[in-house]
Amino acid sequence: MDIIKEDQILDCSGMLCPMPIVKTSKAIKEMESGQVLKMIATDAGSPPDIAAWSRQTGNELLRSMVEDNKFVFFLKKK
Amino acid sequence: MSKSDPNAPKRLALIASKGTLDWAYPPFILASAAASMGWEVGVFFTFYGLTLLKPELTAAVSPLGNPAMPMKMPFGSEGFQNINWAMPNLLMANVPGFETVATSLMKQTFKNKGVASVEELREACIELDVRLIACQMTMDVFGFKVEDFIPQAELGGAATFLEYAADADIQLFI
Repeated sequence: MDIIKEDQILDCSGMLCPMPIVKTSKAIKEMESGQVLKMIATDAGSPPDIAAWSRQTGNELLRSMVEDNKFVFFLKKK
Repeated sequence: MSKSDPNAPKRLALIASKGTLDWAYPPFILASAAASMGWEVGVFFTFYGLTLLKPELTAAVSPLGNPAMPMKMPFGSEGFQNINWAMPNLLMANVPGFETVATSLMKQTFKNKGVASVEELREACIELDVRLIACQMTMDVFGFKVEDFIPQAELGGAATFLEYAADADIQLFI
């Protein structure tokens, strides 16, 4: 798997719905178009939620994976 | 904006009609999530929901008449915390301070699990420009003045909500 280089990291470990989405949207707003956000979460609802958020906002979900028992997402700002 | 504009964002229209802690969560969770997805969101606060617009949130939970409500202890081992304590209605109705205890247990359990407080969720809604509309009629009935609410609250009536909801993609009564 290619390595994706993130421009920023957001750790939402320990947070439950809807905070990972709220924090992700806030972080993306402050980034430049084309930049990549790496978001880490422990909420088991976050994989479907981040996918839905990506579809709704048009910010591309480059990769969704599990690492050290945490969910890791790479999101590219549109 | 209306649906005649193809570039208009999706819109969510909510009615928040209940003021207890358990019912305060759904409107603020849905509103903050939708606004985070770039949607337009308006919440119409009516009847007991109006209290959710007060600067100091005092939402409490009542297990009374809420028979399926799980009572959880926010301390002890995981097995102990997962026990669902069955509370007889007679006890809930007659023990003074029972609701205060139930409220603080629920708040602590939510906090331990990583759920944001209602205050935090409302703050997120405000930051995300969610429209918070207070029902003028219920304000009159309950004797609330606009100064009793947070400054972001706007006033409106049924027609205000209906016009907003008519152009919404999702309308929910909570």
